[in-house]
Amino acid sequence: MSIRRQLQRGLAVLFRRDAADQDLSDELEHYVTEAAAAYVRQGLNPAEAERRARMDAGSLASVREEVRSGGWESLIETGLTDVRYALRRLMGSPGFTFVTTLTLALGIGATTAIVSAVTPILFRPLPYPHAERLAAVVEDHKGVRGAGTFALYHAFSEQAHSFDALAVTRRWQPTLTGSGRPDRLAGERVSHEYLRVLGVSPLMGRDFTETEDRLNGPRVVVVSDGLWRGRLSADPAILGKSLMLDGDPYLVIGVMPPGFQDAEDPAAELWAPLQYDMSQGTAWGHHLRTVARLKPGVGIGAATADVAGVGRAVLTQQRPETYDPNTDFMVASLQGELTRGVRPALLTIVGAVILVLLIALVNVTNLLLARGVQRRTEFALRAALGAGRSRLVRQLLTESLVIAAVGGALGIAVAAVGVKAIVALSPPGLPRADAIAVNGTVLLVGALVTTLVGLAVGILPALHATRSDPQQDIQQGSRRTVGGHRRARGILVAAEVALALVLLVGSGLLLRSSVRLFAVDVGFDQARMLTMQVQLSGHRFDADSAIVRFYTQALDAVRAVPGVTAAGFTTQLPLSSDDDEYGAHFDAEPDRPAATYDVFRYAVTPGYLETLGVPLLSGRSLGADDRAGSPLVAEISASLARDRFGAADPLHRQLKLGPAGPYTIVGVVGDVHQASLAQSQGEAVYLPVGQWPFPDRSMSLVLRGQGALAMLAPAAQSAVWSVDPDQPIVRVATMSDLVARTAGERRFALTLFELFALAALGLAAAGIYGVLSGSVNERTRELGIRSALGASRTEVVRMVVSQGARLTGVGAVVGLIAAAGTSRLIASLLFETPPVEPVTYLTVTALLFVVALVACSVPAVRASRVDPVEALRAD
Amino acid sequence: MDEPNTDVIPGTLDLLILKTLSLEPMHGFGIARRVEQISRSVFKVNPGSLLTALTRLERAGALDAEWRVTGSGRRAKYYSLTKSGQKQLEAATDDWTRRASAVARLLRAEG
Repeated sequence: MSIRRQLQRGLAVLFRRDAADQDLSDELEHYVTEAAAAYVRQGLNPAEAERRARMDAGSLASVREEVRSGGWESLIETGLTDVRYALRRLMGSPGFTFVTTLTLALGIGATTAIVSAVTPILFRPLPYPHAERLAAVVEDHKGVRGAGTFALYHAFSEQAHSFDALAVTRRWQPTLTGSGRPDRLAGERVSHEYLRVLGVSPLMGRDFTETEDRLNGPRVVVVSDGLWRGRLSADPAILGKSLMLDGDPYLVIGVMPPGFQDAEDPAAELWAPLQYDMSQGTAWGHHLRTVARLKPGVGIGAATADVAGVGRAVLTQQRPETYDPNTDFMVASLQGELTRGVRPALLTIVGAVILVLLIALVNVTNLLLARGVQRRTEFALRAALGAGRSRLVRQLLTESLVIAAVGGALGIAVAAVGVKAIVALSPPGLPRADAIAVNGTVLLVGALVTTLVGLAVGILPALHATRSDPQQDIQQGSRRTVGGHRRARGILVAAEVALALVLLVGSGLLLRSSVRLFAVDVGFDQARMLTMQVQLSGHRFDADSAIVRFYTQALDAVRAVPGVTAAGFTTQLPLSSDDDEYGAHFDAEPDRPAATYDVFRYAVTPGYLETLGVPLLSGRSLGADDRAGSPLVAEISASLARDRFGAADPLHRQLKLGPAGPYTIVGVVGDVHQASLAQSQGEAVYLPVGQWPFPDRSMSLVLRGQGALAMLAPAAQSAVWSVDPDQPIVRVATMSDLVARTAGERRFALTLFELFALAALGLAAAGIYGVLSGSVNERTRELGIRSALGASRTEVVRMVVSQGARLTGVGAVVGLIAAAGTSRLIASLLFETPPVEPVTYLTVTALLFVVALVACSVPAVRASRVDPVEALRAD
Repeated sequence: MDEPNTDVIPGTLDLLILKTLSLEPMHGFGIARRVEQISRSVFKVNPGSLLTALTRLERAGALDAEWRVTGSGRRAKYYSLTKSGQKQLEAATDDWTRRASAVARLLRAEG
């Protein structure tokens, strides 16, 4: 009840100020009247009584003030007054206000955007029950992850004890036909426990059974909620109906709940049993991903020991010749594994943005400090007139908070734009990019940062301005002497320069390594080459010969397109994230023992290597006569030849590739970067497309031509469709796009780093400019005397510039040391560039000095124009 | 030169007001005068602290306030004790008596 009264009375005062004031005045007036009446009763004459009564009561205004300040609403009132006053002061110096709020907006906005982008990717748990128990089982070759094999999955699921469920998956992109135009869908072929690993069951229907996951098992499929609602029109009786996928009917047995997202491929819309074919001996092909759900209470370490033991035992027993002691079998957190590729880049960017925020804060503090110095006289006067220290501090804090609030509001706008930009800039493989959005948490982060910033930047100048002796300050105001505050500001500017230099070094290193990366010789000519993927589906390709015939005819048709100068098909395209590896086995020979090497397998049509421009080093190319039925032949890459045969001649020797072979080596060709620009692993075997026992239904076409590549694409597509109009063509891209995309993460980090470094450089320059121009203002009189005593303009300019150079120099030394210490942190993003590289360090330091010089020049020139007469007369 | 200190003992102004109003509703000056008379001019209350305290007590619900016409025909704001004010007075009186007698005992022991 009393709280209600408190609120009522307070609000009444706030909103009906006049009535409340009147009430108080009436009461006071009555008090004085009664007091006077009492004096009259004691025998004083009315005038004297009135005088005495008023004297007893004291100043009515201050009594009113005292009574008013008792209520909570007075805090709001003085707060509002402070804000109004602060706004008026800020409007009075638009330049200062603009620079400060903009600096804060950039700092806060960038930080908020980055935090909101990075948090969901790295830290928000995967959207599955008990996501902390989800793990990936991986093979690690000295830090490089390899795809898993079915044989080991089989061994783990029978012999390892750490898992509740274990599954392997493989990408599957079936073509859906039947109603409307054919669609190529994203899906996964999964072993039967996959959905149990994720811990999500179909909302309608059922999960896969173990018996369905066998070779030649039933064709069944589970579909996503999105596919069911979209393409399948939310048919409530969908269970038991069939979908035509790649020309076969698949029975729909389940529909996943809305919002379910596949961990391995967020775009996946349907899942079918893997039904792995062990009979052909391909169980050692590295083309599966292994995921697991740990038993409760089993840690990553214990599980790793478990699978490492099983893996080593199985390999040494069954495949001693491929056992490589450098291969570790590991269990890793699934979330960590999914974000493994981007984690270093993202953490680096977070580090960079924190530096930018720091610089922004230092800059704003500096500006406020400078302003505090300029306003010393004002504050001294106010203190002399009776404003308490706490009142002055509060006033200054209010000003800082107002700046922070405006800066923060702008910053949130910057963050909203920034998040969009980050998503747009993000590398194509960025996991969970769909989870990036400005959300409530981020706004909270923004607000928190803003408030802290306001208090942080407010407190220093506030203390500074109120510490000193009013009298001295009033006098100082008129004498314009230089105070010791310059030291503090100098230190801040030097700190700013140091921070900016750390960022500059980082982006310099990234830039150099990116230049080096794109200069890498990938083993073929990337320029002016068009690629597209052709997928075959339907029963007309049941016969292997039909597949080979299609590619041969399509290739002839493409070559007949005017402008096309060379063309070929391959099962995997370099630098396109295709990854098809097999063991290449060489039998023992008199001069060397048997050995198996992991190699990339390419089944190609004649003309493929020639189109790519991969050089033939010895032997012959694959030709049209190397077809099904003719003697099995292969070309191998130079590095494989070197690994196996050293200096000896590999021609006419034989190798087995996985389940197939033996192939006779007829040629040696140059190495090609398959996985990425940075990875030079080049062991490869090229086979004629007809000589692989399971012809591939999906191949990539590469072609070169005259004229615009964009014009060739439709013509090449029509040429393929002239052979069979029902086959989807996807991934149409130029080779240079594919190359650029493999370096996407590095470029992403580089772009953001460069933006941040530029911002930091600008802020540092603003800081140097601010301090120098403030100091020139304060020293106008001194400069006037100097030039009156005969100092030349050059000398004055030199004096100001050398002051700036000293600040920059100190900052640069500290910054270089800090950069040398911290650049190790981005080592994993660098390519053939050491973290401490003198050239980069020197270049960016030079850049910094140039910018600093420009920032010095304006105040220096102004100082040199100081008119001695004016300056001395000014006070 | 040294006048005797007539300031109200810190923390007791509320108690004095409540006690005074427990006799009859009164306006601000009436309260001040009554405190001065009964304390035989040991305590003088200045209007600033008095009106601040009255406003605070009124808001806390210990007092009610209303404008009335006095016997001499002037409009005055009269304060009266509420039930909760009565309880507050009793508690404060007990508290004060307990403490004051403790202080008195201590002073006697010293002497």
